Amino acid sequence: MKVTFPHMGNMDIVVKALLEELDLEVIPPPPITKRTLSLGVRYAPESACLPLKINIGNFIEAAERGADTVVMAGGIGPCRFGYYNQVQREILVDMGIDLRMVVLEPPDNHIGELLNRIKVLTGAHSWWRVIKAIRIAYVKCQALDDLERQASRLRCRELNRGDVDRLYQSGRDAIDAASSVKEIRQCRDDALTRMAALPLDHALRPVRIGIVGEIFTVLEPYSNGFMEKSLGRLGVEVSRSLYLSEWVNEHLFKGILPVKGHHRTRKLAAPYLSCAVGGHGQESVGGAIEYAQEGFDGVIQVGPLTCMPEIVAQSILPQVEKDYDIPILTIYVDEQTGDAGLMTRLEAFVDMLERRKQRKEQAAR
Amino acid sequence: MTRKQKNQQQHTQRQNDQPQNTHPINNQGLNTQRPSAGERYYLGVDVGSVSTNLVLLSENGEVREAHYLRTQGRPLEMIQKGLADLARRYADEQIGGVGTTGSARSLASVVLGADVVKNEITAHAVAAGQLVPGVRTILEIGGQDSKLILLRDGVVSDFAMNTVCAAGTGSFLDQQASRLQLPIEEFGGLAEQADHPVRIAGRCSVFAESDMIHKQQMGHALPDIIAGLCEALVRNFLNNLGKGKTLEAPIVFQGGVAANAGMKRAFEKALDHPVVVPEHHKVMGAVGAALLAREAVQRASGLTRFKGFAMASEDVRAGSWECGDCPNLCEVIEIVESERPIARWGDRCGKWENSLSVIQTERAAEAAAELQQG
Repeated sequence: MKVTFPHMGNMDIVVKALLEELDLEVIPPPPITKRTLSLGVRYAPESACLPLKINIGNFIEAAERGADTVVMAGGIGPCRFGYYNQVQREILVDMGIDLRMVVLEPPDNHIGELLNRIKVLTGAHSWWRVIKAIRIAYVKCQALDDLERQASRLRCRELNRGDVDRLYQSGRDAIDAASSVKEIRQCRDDALTRMAALPLDHALRPVRIGIVGEIFTVLEPYSNGFMEKSLGRLGVEVSRSLYLSEWVNEHLFKGILPVKGHHRTRKLAAPYLSCAVGGHGQESVGGAIEYAQEGFDGVIQVGPLTCMPEIVAQSILPQVEKDYDIPILTIYVDEQTGDAGLMTRLEAFVDMLERRKQRKEQAAR
Repeated sequence: MTRKQKNQQQHTQRQNDQPQNTHPINNQGLNTQRPSAGERYYLGVDVGSVSTNLVLLSENGEVREAHYLRTQGRPLEMIQKGLADLARRYADEQIGGVGTTGSARSLASVVLGADVVKNEITAHAVAAGQLVPGVRTILEIGGQDSKLILLRDGVVSDFAMNTVCAAGTGSFLDQQASRLQLPIEEFGGLAEQADHPVRIAGRCSVFAESDMIHKQQMGHALPDIIAGLCEALVRNFLNNLGKGKTLEAPIVFQGGVAANAGMKRAFEKALDHPVVVPEHHKVMGAVGAALLAREAVQRASGLTRFKGFAMASEDVRAGSWECGDCPNLCEVIEIVESERPIARWGDRCGKWENSLSVIQTERAAEAAAELQQG
């Protein structure tokens, strides 16, 4: 069995670690490129959202390298993502690519259900081995998230363009290669120390922007036009409302691990949107409020074009904007790779926030 | 030496030997000049998808020159053409600063040596704020995009730009005018003669066009159809961009489409407020860029990075290749001036961009050495 999985930010490292710990042969899809996107756009339904298109591209490219089984997450609720694995399988079958789909869906009531699904992949391994594998993968996930958080915070302060990203990349590679919990933590600490030791502008008081929105487009830089990096280079400190480790904990482990969850986020959203609308609609509304309360200067909502949960959130956000006095910019992404339009919007938004901030500081004096 | 000290030293060293992008003066180390005492003008250049506009603004903010050229998909040529027009009447010393904006703003800034490079939204807001004091809402429709900008106390407080649809923009109006074989200038005037505007689907240009054709075949009068089209475009604009926003007076309407009297009237009807079309509505982006250049040059104690009118006849070309050094496969663009690369962009890792800044630093050092010897 040669297993592959879709890309989403740093998920390749995490899933690879998990599967390799279980002695499976893993063929990660090659990094997302224009070719991946073109394949996806060619074979996916035109009106489907960007995550599906990129996933399809990933699977085709992985199949070319010999993969025969796909592991991917499923979903419940009103978001279309829940049936994407089925749609994807059908599309691939039509193309003559026969990939077995193993779908990891959130357990309905007990974590044992998830373990059972993983067991399909693991065969004869003991539960102890499985749990050990999950632990290694999860520690990697957290370590990568820590690096990402630090990179988004420091990018605006770097004096030599590209320093932070270089260290982030080397730290990411080191974590990928690490094989024990101790080693992973060591790699993370090394990378964080080296980032902090970079020539940085410590006096900078940057504009701070929080990113909320749909999970795939928030986590996968290729899908959002490398927005975090662009914002960093425009001199903005960026925070993201969602990291992979948080999502895994909440959706796959039912929140049993002591990691920041989104209970509070959903509670904050309740006065505006009291029920789940699928995807991350509720979290987008709550996340914007959280950022406003934490004193951020602005919020950017990102979602794939035609994403219903994000459209619901978008229609509510103007009220949040007024109530909490925080500007919110909505950006939808699709197969478009010309980033001039995106840059114009980001730049104008940052300009606006900077002028607002100056005004506020003058008024406070 | 402790690590901290070492860092600090590195830090200052780097600051000294590498020009920073944020540095207001001369990050290219070339062609810095102090303008002479005579009257000075600020050059604003807006290179958009449809038009390339050049404006010369006097020290006190008056528009002296306004050139409106069609970009025709050749921004580099048009920038040089506009520059050549100006070169006949002005000398290098008269240009106190340069600002660029529009979707080809980086390209323009490299060719001209700009003191400031700004996005269209900021540029439009600055220009409207100057020419129409107290403005609170800006409606802007250009060739390929439309913008809604809200200002409070002279500062942008909210904006929207059309995202996925060009149904409400100038190109579509152009297209309809040419289909009807009407000069675009007469298009708006005809709409004013309408006594009963026809309802036309405005959500999408494909629907709008087939709806229009249908209404024509049914025998509706041309002025009624054109007025209906204007109303449809206004509906499209307000639905697309005005979502959840309060539009307050004074309202300014600018961009190439503002010349169209039918569109102005349709906006007034929909918003139930008078709409102001400023005199230089076509070139507001360039005016804003010039105003921002004036600001930037003042901060830089009067120094400009303008490369001079000679650039109009310089051999400037753009080339591109796909960098295969990592899986990103970035499309790198290189601007070459007389066989020398002067700018590169498009690479995500900064490898090509940075390689050029090293060359520039070397050249800046050479130039400085020459200056000392001379």
